[in-house]
Amino acid sequence: MAKVIVVTSGKGGVGKTTSTAALGAALAQRGEKTVVIDFDVGLRNLDLVMGAERRVVYDLVNVIQGDAKLPQALIRDKRVETLFLLPASQTRDKDALTEEGIATVMETLKKHFDWILCDSPAGIERGATLAMRHADTAVIVTNPEVSSVRDSDRIIGLLDSKTLKAENGERMDKHLLLTRYDATRAARGDMLKVDDVLEILSIPLLGIIPESSEVLRASNLGTPVTLADKASAPAIAYQQAARRLAGETLPVAIPGERRSLLEKMFGRRAA
Amino acid sequence: MTESLTEDNRPIRLKGRSFLTLTLSPEQPFAGWLARLDDLARRSAGFFLNRPVVLDLEGVDLTKAELSDLIAELGKRNVWIMGIEGARLSLLGPGMPPAMKGGRPGPDFDAPKDGADASSGDRPDSANAAPAGGIEGISARDAARPVPSIIVREPVRSGQSVIFPEGDVTIIGSVASGAEVVAGGSIHVYGTLRGRALAGTIGNTSARIFCRKLEAELLAIDGLYKTAEDMDKGLRGQAVQFWLDGDAIRAEALN
Repeated sequence: MAKVIVVTSGKGGVGKTTSTAALGAALAQRGEKTVVIDFDVGLRNLDLVMGAERRVVYDLVNVIQGDAKLPQALIRDKRVETLFLLPASQTRDKDALTEEGIATVMETLKKHFDWILCDSPAGIERGATLAMRHADTAVIVTNPEVSSVRDSDRIIGLLDSKTLKAENGERMDKHLLLTRYDATRAARGDMLKVDDVLEILSIPLLGIIPESSEVLRASNLGTPVTLADKASAPAIAYQQAARRLAGETLPVAIPGERRSLLEKMFGRRAA
Repeated sequence: MTESLTEDNRPIRLKGRSFLTLTLSPEQPFAGWLARLDDLARRSAGFFLNRPVVLDLEGVDLTKAELSDLIAELGKRNVWIMGIEGARLSLLGPGMPPAMKGGRPGPDFDAPKDGADASSGDRPDSANAAPAGGIEGISARDAARPVPSIIVREPVRSGQSVIFPEGDVTIIGSVASGAEVVAGGSIHVYGTLRGRALAGTIGNTSARIFCRKLEAELLAIDGLYKTAEDMDKGLRGQAVQFWLDGDAIRAEALN
């Protein structure tokens, strides 16, 4: 049976789509059948980050409205054969998504996939609540700054009340993915520190993705960062996060800790 | 225009007070529902007279025009709507009753039956809005019974409200920025208090607020408010208790 994961944040621009693509690709590379679904109807982006924008014929809304069958809308990735994309419609809006339609799509996907990753739109309205509705697990993407952290906190509250799991009295698994983390700026106090974010949100940490030009470059190339340069720092961080999602226990390294040690050494030498 | 400052510098007191209202849940088509309402009113003239009524629009899809028609139709039947629950904010505006939220189920009103004045009608009303998950001691069933205190075993997240006019609230966890805890009695937070804490809201001057770490946005005891700016900076990050001394909120570190 598939595991359904919602990648959400409340706030926009924190890296939901990038993280969905990177985690999806990392899970698929383990040989497990993975589908990433774009719930951002009207502002779709996941197709671009996945490099599949020229192959979109049918989308999620077409499937829900019965204009296309699910297999017609699924796009198989050209690099990883176990990775699929279900794109969103760009010409419609979130009202085109119906609760029953989403439920049917999810039921069908669950029979055929090991992982279903739902890329949530920003906000706390219909699109976001529908994206989280069927999830077993939530990945909450947060930047180390106060507005992002507060919005994530709001989303956690919704995950505990508006999802099917919550309505059935079960607990939703929630994981924090801290993205765009810049150790130097955190040390200077310009950014929240990892411990501060964890203290405020009090959910387990899935991973810390360092701020890196690699991420932007991969997005512009239409390649999930975990497929672009597998040895880059963000790719390694996402791969480890994917392994933790799959149940492995790995220690989380805080980026730049080694560097601060180097800085200390340099500092000593200069003195 | 500048108003002249008055000599009287007493703070304005804002108090919470809870009333029991009747909740009406209209069903579509409204014509049929209104006919049934007329039928009910015929059996007991003045059933709605002098009763505050809240319109529950949860799950009802209607336009602004339909809503004002409905309110007008109810007005013709002497049903005056004091507030609207569960409606999209876009439906409401000037001239409309205000939005109500945070309502909790109360004892059912007995609908009048034919002939008899009022026998005990068993109508499980679908009044919702019980506080979000993890809150003990209060549910639809025993909300009517007085419960002296509740314990919330998880963090109160931004945007959530814990409202308990009956007594004390204890939170095992933090209260996030943008969250609020409203208690008729005292509030105890075994974590960081970052949001709002309003204690003694129904006129309890002996209510106190305790927290393990103070980062609060706003505090109030018995309607007397204190914003973050008015708090002693030295107490930030400390374990603190607040209590009321006449018309002033006093604070003291707990260590």
